[in-house]
Amino acid sequence: MRAWILSLGLVALLSGCSKPIDDSVIRVGEYGALTGDIATFGQSTHEGLVLAIEEINLAGGIAGKQLKLITEDDRGKPEEAATVVQKLISHDKVHALIGEVASSNSLAAAPNAQRAKIPMISPSSTNPKVTQQGDYIFRVCFIDPFQGKVMAKFATETLKAKTAAVLRDQKSDYSMGLADVFKAEFSAMGGTVVEDKSYVAGDVDFKAQLTAIRDKKPDVLFVPGYYNEVGLIAKQARQAGLKQPLLGGDGWESHELLKIGGAALEGCYFSNHSAPDSVEPAVRNFVKKYEDRYKKEPGALAMLGYDAGMVLADALKRAKSLRGPDLRDAIAATKDFVGVTGKLTIDADRNAVKSAVVLKISKGQIHYLATVNP
Amino acid sequence: MSTLLQHLINGLSLGAIYALIALGYTLVFGILRLFNFAHGDIFMAAAFAAMFVGGALTTTQAPGLIPLLLTLVFAMSVAAVLGLAVERFAYRPLRGQPRINLLIISVGVSLLLENLGQAIFGPTPRLFPELLTETTFSALADSGLLVSNLDLTVLGCSLGLMLALEWLVHRSRWGRAMRATAHSHDGARLLGIPVDTVIALTFAVGSALAAAAAVLYGMKYPRVDPLMGVIPGLKAFIAAVLGGIGNLRGAVVGGLLLGLAETLVSAYGASTWRDALAFGLLIGVLLIKPQGLLGNNRVEKV
Repeated sequence: MRAWILSLGLVALLSGCSKPIDDSVIRVGEYGALTGDIATFGQSTHEGLVLAIEEINLAGGIAGKQLKLITEDDRGKPEEAATVVQKLISHDKVHALIGEVASSNSLAAAPNAQRAKIPMISPSSTNPKVTQQGDYIFRVCFIDPFQGKVMAKFATETLKAKTAAVLRDQKSDYSMGLADVFKAEFSAMGGTVVEDKSYVAGDVDFKAQLTAIRDKKPDVLFVPGYYNEVGLIAKQARQAGLKQPLLGGDGWESHELLKIGGAALEGCYFSNHSAPDSVEPAVRNFVKKYEDRYKKEPGALAMLGYDAGMVLADALKRAKSLRGPDLRDAIAATKDFVGVTGKLTIDADRNAVKSAVVLKISKGQIHYLATVNP
Repeated sequence: MSTLLQHLINGLSLGAIYALIALGYTLVFGILRLFNFAHGDIFMAAAFAAMFVGGALTTTQAPGLIPLLLTLVFAMSVAAVLGLAVERFAYRPLRGQPRINLLIISVGVSLLLENLGQAIFGPTPRLFPELLTETTFSALADSGLLVSNLDLTVLGCSLGLMLALEWLVHRSRWGRAMRATAHSHDGARLLGIPVDTVIALTFAVGSALAAAAAVLYGMKYPRVDPLMGVIPGLKAFIAAVLGGIGNLRGAVVGGLLLGLAETLVSAYGASTWRDALAFGLLIGVLLIKPQGLLGNNRVEKV
């Protein structure tokens, strides 16, 4: 009798797992760091993406089908990212995936998407290796070789720097890749990298590295890290007597950066995907919508989240069916798509070809300085 | 030369914090023969307490010595109460049982506090308020040797608390009772020493030291999250073992040495080796001089 009840329970449990699939909607899986060390990345992206999905649904959806966004939190950890993406694929049966911001997390999750032949669009992972994971992995942002070149060029031509030091995050694929590119480009442009130090994400003490860097008297210090550490590094750099400008990449993009670093970040520069204070009509339009909805200013990551959603919607409209291979082909054919982060074309390596901006921090605000085309 | 001096200053100010946490470890070990792995998490809880009260204080008044002292007192009280609670509800019921049970419970308490912290505060790091406006000045004219008032505060507070602890343990009645209890619970009980109270007091004092370290740590590295106690806790454990666990002076020496060693490795080697060095030191000490640098060579009775 008891065995009977048990097996009945088991059957109920198993059938609970394979719930009937609702075919009246298109399921979009999103994974990102909604909490954790880089939580503002995931939150901003999510807010931008939600705006895009709502806009599409309000306009009638795709061929009469509404989009349904299913979001999972990976707490900013690669191992979690791989797990939640597997869950989105096998349990929620998503048609497409959007995520992640941090390259290490996208890299961890991409093989799962590739194996299941579910197209994945990363809104803002800039490490080249991400899309090399397979032909189902795309991105709507530029890649680090371009970003590193932009900053190396900016340091040499605009700041007239002859020497530079690098302080990189040993644990992050993004930071390591960007640092390598910057080093190579800066040297190729005639500069000398006088010091190359590292830390590990989660560190709080950078005094030793910064003191060593100060001794080499570089003209600029390139810190391709994420905002949490960059804020602390800027503070401790000033304490250690480094007065040189700090340069960085889009990992600086967070309203938390200025809260942590404060005055220590005055006169520092970083490359980014877009500028919130840009005068482009598309950007102004987006900023207004975003501010109405969330009562705050959007960052570049929110814009990229929005663009990722819009690129997907555009591909869904053109795709022959909702099956992975058809959707993949449609995304790959994206050309001259006008997004809020600029005009983009998906190239043969599934990367977006588009321009970058250089931003300057002055008087506690982030300002647009220049646009650099590929 | 001045660069080396600068590294030494940076290392000392990091080491002083390790030393403060290590003191709590060693104090509890001395009296219970217990590695209290929850110590680092009490440090974390104290950092959150300090963040909330320090944030509230600095919104109404300018940063300075008074908010700093108030925050210190508040965080130390919260941690002392938490330490008492942990002792009363997790460790005391196990008294008289094999020591391995205590050790396992301490790991359990540690995980409980970490996950409670994540559940209540969320894993997103928060900003520690500015309790003291930072100013940096040259120590020697034009040498490029920089000292900040934060470093001096950290060193000063640590030194003061270490001296106070030294007095408590070696000069006061309670200290004598603590030392007697450390020597033998039964012997102390025979002499009329309230052993349970003494152990509770030890936990309160040890936790308060961790709280002081948490405030100083927060001022130096303004970032608070529920897992922030794990690494400093482990480092302090290493410092305590390095100096000789159970020995107060050993904890201070171990903490300072570890801080210096880590800073020098990051400066002249690669920071990736920093944690490896710390744990390598632990293994080395256990292999070569298991009683630690200043530990007395006691034969364990099995």
